[in-house]
Amino acid sequence: MTVVDTVSPLRLSHLDALESEAAHIFREAAAEFERPVLLFSGGKDSIVMLHVAMKAFWPAKVPFGLLHVDTGHNFPEVLEYRDRTVAEHGLRLEVAKVQDYIDDGRLRERADGTRNPLQTVPLLDAINAHRFDAVFGGGRRDEEKARAKERVFSLRDEFGQWDPRRQRPELWSLYNGRHRPGEHVRVFPLSNWTELDVWQYIEQEKIELPEIYFAHEREVFKRNGMWLTPGEWGGPKDGETIETRSVRYRTVGDMSCTGAVDSTAATLQDIITEIAASTLTERGATRADDKMSEAAMEDRKREGYF
Amino acid sequence: MTAIHEPPLETPAGTLLRLATAGSVDDGKSTLVGRLLHDTKQVFADQLDAVERVSRERGLDGADLALLTDGLRAEREQGITIDVAYRYFATPKRRFILADTPGHVQYTRNMVTGASTAQLAVVLVDARHGVVEQTRRHAAVAALLKVPHVVLAVNKMDLVDYRESVFAPIADEFAAYTRALGVPDVTAIPISALAGDNVVDPSNHMDWYAGPTLLEHLENVDVDHDPQFCAARLPVQYVLRPQSPEFRDYRGYAGQVTAGAFRPGDEVLVLPSGRRTTIAGIDRLGEQDVDLAYAPQSVTIRLADDVDVSRGDVIVAADRAPEVTQDVVATVCHIADRPLRAGDRVLLRHGTSTVKAIVRSLDSTLNLETLRRDPNPEALRANDIGQVTLRTAAPLPLDDYADHRRTGSFLLIDDADGTTLTAGMVGVPLGSED
Repeated sequence: MTVVDTVSPLRLSHLDALESEAAHIFREAAAEFERPVLLFSGGKDSIVMLHVAMKAFWPAKVPFGLLHVDTGHNFPEVLEYRDRTVAEHGLRLEVAKVQDYIDDGRLRERADGTRNPLQTVPLLDAINAHRFDAVFGGGRRDEEKARAKERVFSLRDEFGQWDPRRQRPELWSLYNGRHRPGEHVRVFPLSNWTELDVWQYIEQEKIELPEIYFAHEREVFKRNGMWLTPGEWGGPKDGETIETRSVRYRTVGDMSCTGAVDSTAATLQDIITEIAASTLTERGATRADDKMSEAAMEDRKREGYF
Repeated sequence: MTAIHEPPLETPAGTLLRLATAGSVDDGKSTLVGRLLHDTKQVFADQLDAVERVSRERGLDGADLALLTDGLRAEREQGITIDVAYRYFATPKRRFILADTPGHVQYTRNMVTGASTAQLAVVLVDARHGVVEQTRRHAAVAALLKVPHVVLAVNKMDLVDYRESVFAPIADEFAAYTRALGVPDVTAIPISALAGDNVVDPSNHMDWYAGPTLLEHLENVDVDHDPQFCAARLPVQYVLRPQSPEFRDYRGYAGQVTAGAFRPGDEVLVLPSGRRTTIAGIDRLGEQDVDLAYAPQSVTIRLADDVDVSRGDVIVAADRAPEVTQDVVATVCHIADRPLRAGDRVLLRHGTSTVKAIVRSLDSTLNLETLRRDPNPEALRANDIGQVTLRTAAPLPLDDYADHRRTGSFLLIDDADGTTLTAGMVGVPLGSED
């Protein structure tokens, strides 16, 4: 047997290519904008964003802080994770609270109890108050149809609104972040990642996640075909019964609209196997907010949602 | 239909392939893209449910796979595609990023956008009509943007009884045309997106065709270029100075290697100043002192001498440096609705630097169907391709686009409101004077 020694050309794995692209986007935004901020919810996409950002600026510190829009219905495990992360890396964190708006009457609780749509106003107020001109979001184009045409640098007007016709074509890797006073730009470093990429990257990089992403015993009740966690936010109601199941979360948002999925996946490898075999999209399986109408995301984006 | 999401359990140590599709609704492009997603099991049950429901509502018999790629409500209402949409799919061999671009004449700018990052372009034709003006336009855009691999998908073979005598002359005509355009690699594949022939699964109707299916071709096409043979380039994005006790004197130049490869000890030039120095060390996203950095890695380069380097500079291989100039001759695609005229003062964005520039002259427009150039246009309008001469306020290290897509390209931007006006490629790659 002859062993042929061929010099293979240099090539990046798809995860390394995506990571390099995201680092490039972070560095572009940090250089082009005065006051960037990273939207950090404690969800896996924002955790991956922060991880790439820290690598992009190593050995210097990340040159921007974090912003969390707290619906008041967040999972305690996620808030704990958020605060620990901030302390561990010496980061700055601003929190905009939906509860404050409800308490003083600027926002009213919805009949269905969900607070996800209520996040837009506190988010835009925080952007204005802190004069943030670039806001990093973890949105991915594979998530939803309206996101498939989202730009990496997405221009928002002074009302935070997204106008599909004012978005600039993005050629090569030349991102145009110019904006008028009062306008800002949403920047999506994970635009080209898929859910599976995110999980594989978490595994490759050994990134710690809030424990609710892994299978655990939890009291849940069923609403709109999803397992929801009972709580003061408004559940269960009459006719909804609580049971204990082995579940995990595929996405982490507001408790009122984020459903758990039945799962015994206790490790990252289990989760990757489970996702690869899943028959439902991550949002379809777990997000009541996207089920409202076929154009639900398009409408919320226009209004200034993430 | 029962196909549901079932991607590979052993997903990739594979690489990434970026491709663009061009073709109109009439050619069945949305159906093709829907078929690729569906047959590679990227379509989830809830998405398929939605497609089947909408198809029923519209009185269709089966699920219209084109609906999978429907984007904004504005488009659905008008039955058009107004923009580039990005789709993602994977096989055990590769991860794909597909830029789905509408093919009508007035959307040349979208095709240019999609093709700008593509390593491969799929041009779609209707087997009944063959190579038409639009096909030539699509091929010309791919050639202009230097997309190295082009696939001609001859669609709707089911409507011509899967006959080789229909396919062969179309493939020959297209091959001759793209050869003349200088496209290095062209492959023609007979398909039926509607019936699924030769998209993912081999066709049972075309024994005469021995080549790969479209997906097989996408999985196997050799897009590796060896960065070791390209002239190295790194536009500096950001200067990292941690000033922490541990890294007191650290000064690193962060950027993405856009071409070629760098090693510690390499002699480099910092452009536009032209200072010569050597690479003291390379760090890669937290990994200290790696011995190699190659495209498209994001890295941080430390230089041996205390030279003045800032954002906008380009670090290049000392023996293969680009020209540094204030006079730019380029082929451009005009994007904005407001026209571009001689005398316009604009911003020019190249790599990581933005400088003032003036449009010295509009030299010609290029007809993408005939490849004829018409001299001295009065203005360039949206979707026009033209040759321009610019003068910049500061010298720029400009590569020829034919050699370097990243450092041979630029944008013209409106200084007043930030609108992206024009996409430019240094040099004149296509066309002949009338």
